[in-house]
Formats: sequence, structure tokens, C-alpha cells
Amino acid sequence: MTSPADSAGLGSPAGRYRMLRLIRGFEELALDLVRSGAITGGIHPYIGQEAVAVGVCAALRPQDRITSTHRGHGHVLAKGAAPDRLLAELLGRTSGLNQGRGGSMHAADFSLGILGANGIVGAGGPIAVGAAWSARQAGEDRVAVAFFGDGALNQGVLLESFNLAAMWQLPVLFVCENNGYATTLPAATAVAGSATGRAAAFGIPAAEVDGMDTEAVRSAATEAVTRARGGGGPGFLECRTYRFEGHHTMERLMKLHYRTAEEIADWREHDPLPRAAALLPDGLAAKLDASVREQLAAAEQFALGSEHPDPERALDHLYADGLRPRAGSTA
Amino acid sequence: MRLSYTKALNRALTDALAEDPAVCVFGEDIGAGMAGPTLNLLDRFGPGRIVDTPLSEQAFTSMAIGAALTGRRPVIEFQIPSLLFLVFEQLVNQAHKFSLMTGGQTGVPLTCLVPGSGSRDGWAGQHSDHPYSLFAHAGMKTVVPATPTDAYGLLRSAIADPDPVIVFAPAAALPVRETVTWELAPIPLGCARIHREGTDVTVVAVGHLVHDALAVAEELAPEISVEVFDPRTLHPFDWPALAASLERTGRLVVIDDSNRSCGIGAEVLATAAEEMRLVAPPRRITRPDGTVLPFAPQLDRALQPHRDQLRRALRAVMK
Ligand SMILES: Cc1ncc(C[n+]2csc(CCOP(=O)(O)OP(=O)(O)O)c2C)c(N)n1
Ligand SMILES: [Mg+2]
Repeated sequence: MTSPADSAGLGSPAGRYRMLRLIRGFEELALDLVRSGAITGGIHPYIGQEAVAVGVCAALRPQDRITSTHRGHGHVLAKGAAPDRLLAELLGRTSGLNQGRGGSMHAADFSLGILGANGIVGAGGPIAVGAAWSARQAGEDRVAVAFFGDGALNQGVLLESFNLAAMWQLPVLFVCENNGYATTLPAATAVAGSATGRAAAFGIPAAEVDGMDTEAVRSAATEAVTRARGGGGPGFLECRTYRFEGHHTMERLMKLHYRTAEEIADWREHDPLPRAAALLPDGLAAKLDASVREQLAAAEQFALGSEHPDPERALDHLYADGLRPRAGSTA
Repeated sequence: MRLSYTKALNRALTDALAEDPAVCVFGEDIGAGMAGPTLNLLDRFGPGRIVDTPLSEQAFTSMAIGAALTGRRPVIEFQIPSLLFLVFEQLVNQAHKFSLMTGGQTGVPLTCLVPGSGSRDGWAGQHSDHPYSLFAHAGMKTVVPATPTDAYGLLRSAIADPDPVIVFAPAAALPVRETVTWELAPIPLGCARIHREGTDVTVVAVGHLVHDALAVAEELAPEISVEVFDPRTLHPFDWPALAASLERTGRLVVIDDSNRSCGIGAEVLATAAEEMRLVAPPRRITRPDGTVLPFAPQLDRALQPHRDQLRRALRAVMK
């Protein structure tokens, strides 16, 4: 049996801190590359929410599966994807995880059980339920995790998925990252009742956890994952968290007034990184920071040096059997 | 052996389930076999593979996609053709897009089966749609078998295919029976079938309308030599076979149970006009633009393609 999370090295506090830093550093680098115009289309930065991805993935085994969201870089990295190939994907290069065909919102690595970030809010929920069902059919003790935001709590398909997972007692963990907003819409004005109450209504054990605390997330996730793996059915975690950046990089160009500078500053006080660093022996965090800096510098060099795809091959992979659709012009 | 269309679908599912343990079926009331194609499957294959779902089309469709992404080969039976509108997101925006978006990391071997598509006489507006053109347009592999043996063979190929495939079994084709003296076998997707050879006009007929086209061709035989061309798969369409047929006839009539604008009939005419031999302006017979089928039988029938229209179109292209 493999120990938890060894593919991403999340088995120790040091490993988890390093992953927090890697995600933070990756997002900062990506923000720079959006600003410089190298990344087109922008990104949904995960900065501030890193403890959720790291805490949950620390409770998983390599063969477990996840579905992710439009704000997916953290999940994808914490499940073990190579940062250089994720960055190349954001840059639309052939060396990217998806050969430049998916970009930020569709990054996937099936070899690591990463069934994809997803551009449609809530869409990953039922896909994870299907992956959990598959695992049970195959007699494997793999668990599936669906990450989603507070906005997804109002997608009917997600609530339908809760029902299927509960009726069939499937090994799936629903992780709601409640960062307080769906774009500009406060969760407080959008979610009647409570997130955990919605899961509980289907008989799914639901817990609320401090999503800025990696260890708290890890322990809640471990409990739910262990129960699911042992045949105890689905679980639900509401991770209270916050994004420090805008909803999307476009937001930097706009003047939106949906939250205050004070609110952002308050939440920055709960930054998950210093909290995780405090658990390490003196000097270790700085060493890990330096090693992440090196890794990301190499990733940037790799990604920026990678090939752009050939326009002649724009329709590659449209069909898994290699079917070539007709061209858009015969002239 | 006398084989009914529904029995052919049932045989195809049974054989696929028996052959490949990854095959499983999701749908509403399939354990009881209410629609026919899943009759007796639950007894034989058990609830682990024949999964009666709650009325949550969006979730169970995506769930089947999740299963397809992780080693299963699910078939979903949809109880009503119009339920496809509920799951357009799941099929078109998720299932169809995964292969390209992941750079070929995965296929999505999912089959959607719609037994009883199109009008079912008396089921009115929300149960009588025939939206195959919508899926062909979106790029999902789309199959509309006209006969029991084609239904068997195409459903087998759909299930074996690495991509999502949607199979429409037209309600009006379900009563068709066929005497089968050979082993049923898979039929490759993307291959048209010429049901009747002719030299004057090619009639491209979709699904149940193949039988109408054959009847009219027979009736008009003393007057016009009609070739009846059944594409069987609407996407990918067998364009080379159509081009070859038009080399022989040079005239084209399409009869298609889609709404007129942007229906597959429009695509056939456009492609023929751009790329193939035509000696006369082509014609198409379709449902009207934006059709909602009314309830009363006379009204329901009035909006579907019918034989009179086909006779007139055939005579028109011969002028
Ligand atoms: C079904 C759907 N509706 C709308 C959008 C546009 N959109 C993208 S992200 C987003 C907000 C999502 O909020 P939440 O689920 O809380 O995630 P967060 O962005 O806060 O991480 C919206 C409205 C979408 N992608 N999908
Ligand atoms: Mg949110």
C-alpha cells in the first residue's frame, strides 16, 4: 500500500509547506506572465486558498482521483502535476499537460488521477461521483474528490450528485471552498440555509473547517476520506477561505467595489503560509522557499522555451479514434 | 429469425454486456425494461451494471461521463428525446470536449440511446422532438438506424467506440421487423447504406423515413428510377458514398425529420451543391422551421415530412 500523497510529497509538514509555497509562487509567476501578455485569456488565481488544496490532497493516495474548477492550479499541483508542464499549458505550448489544448481552465493529468479543471461551475461534482462509482465497480479502494466553490452550491446538478452519492454510498468527498464570493456575489446573499446543511439534508456527514489552516483541513479530509475508503459513503467539507486576488486577472483592470480593502487585509492576517511555516524547525521554511524559487525559475525557462503548437494540428484529438472532421473551407 | 427493432437493441446491449465487463447501463426504469431495450438485463447482469437512476438526468449523465473517464463503457438510455435538452451541457460541453481539451489524454466511451425519438403519436410538444441534427452539428457522433439489423450493428459499434456516440431509434421505426438469416454483427459508424439502386434521383432519407422513401420509390418506379440512400450515421457523414451516388443520378432530394433551418438536410444540400455533381436544383423535405409538434393527430402529422411531399419533390427535380 502506498503512503498518502507521496506523489506530491505531502506526507510531512515540510512537504505540505513546500507545496503551499509552490502554489503561491506558481500563481505569482503566472500573474506576472498574464501581465506581460505571455499568458492569454488570464487566470483565476488561487492565492489565499492554498491550504484547501494541500490539506485535502495530503489525505489522498496517488491513485485517488480529483475533479477541479476554473480556479484549479492549486488542486492540480497539490495532486502532483509537474509545475513546468502546468505552466507550459497556461502558455499554450505543446509540452503542456494538455499539449496546449486546454489552458488554465482545463488542466488535467489523467496519469495522476486529475480528471481536469473545469470551466463550468459545478460540473466536476457529478464527474467525481462517476469516478467513485467506477472505482467501486472495479473493486478498487480509490476515493474521488470534487472541489468546487460556494457558487456551485446553487447548481442543481451538484445537488443531484449529492443525492446519487448518498443513495449509493459512493467513496466521494465533496469539498466546498467557500471563499465568500461567486465572482462579485457574496455567498451570504446567494446561499439559503447553509452549505453543510445542504449536504446534511442528503444524509452526508458534513463538517465546516478553517480553510486557511492546512492541518485542520488535512485532518478533516483524512477522516472523511478514511470513512469513504472503508465503504462509509460520501463526505462533505465546507472550507472557509478567501481569495486574496481578484476573481480573475481581468479584475485588475476594472474598478469593482464588491469587497473592501479592510476585509482583504483582515483575511491576509490568516494567510495559510506563515501558519504552516510556524510548524517547521527554524530556518527550514526559508530553505524550502529557496528551493521552490529555483524550481519555478526552471519551470519558467522550460515553459517559455517550449514549442508553440502547429496550426495545422488545431483539430488533433477532437476524436479519440483519430477521426478527422471536415475543414471549415474547401476553397 | 424475425427480429424487431426493439429486440435488436436489446440483443445489442445483451451481447455488449456479455462481451465486455466494462459495459454498464444507466437510465430511468431500465431495471423493469420499460422502454424495451433493457428488458431482462437486470436479471442477467445485476444491479451493479444495470443501474436504475433517480430522475436526475444531469447528474447521472455526468456521472456516466466520470465512469467513462475511468475505465467503464457506460450506455445511458433516455426515456424521452426532449430530455436531451436537459443534458446538452453534459454531452456537448463535457463529454464531447474532453478528448481535445485534454490533448488526447482520454476518450469518453459513452453511448446515449434514445429509444422512441421523434413523434410518438399523441405525446405532443415536449415528447416528440427529433434533435439528431443538433448533436451532429455539435460534433457528437450521431447515428439514426432505420432497420433492426442496422440498429443492432450500429449500437454495437457505438458502444465499442472510444468517443461519445448518440443513437436515435425513431419511434416510427420501432414497429419495423426483419427476417434475419445471418449472424448479427457490428456495422461500422460512418458508412451509408444504399437500400435501393436507381439512376434518376438520389433520395437521402434519415431513420424511419427510409421506409417511406422505399415505398414511394417502389410506387414511382415506372416513372422515375430512385436510389434510396440511408446515411445511417449523420456525423461522421459518408460523403464519398453520397458523391458516388450523385455521380450516377445527378439529382438529389433529402427527407429529414429535423427542423428546416440548420437541419442535417440543409447540410446535405449545401455539401452537394458545393462539391458534388448536380444537374438540377436539389430539394429537401423537413419539419418546418422551429417546429413544436401540436397534439391533435392531424396536426402532429401535418408538420412531419410525408410521402406526398416526397412524390412532389421527386417529380420537381425530374422536370
Ligand atoms: C455554470 C456556470 N455559470 C457561470 C459561470 C461564470 N463563472 C465562472 S466562475 C464564476 C463564479 C464561481 O464562484 P465560486 O463557485 O464561488 O468559485 P470561485 O470563483 O469563488 O472560486 C462564475 C459565475 C460558469 N463558468 N459556469
Ligand atoms: Mg467563491
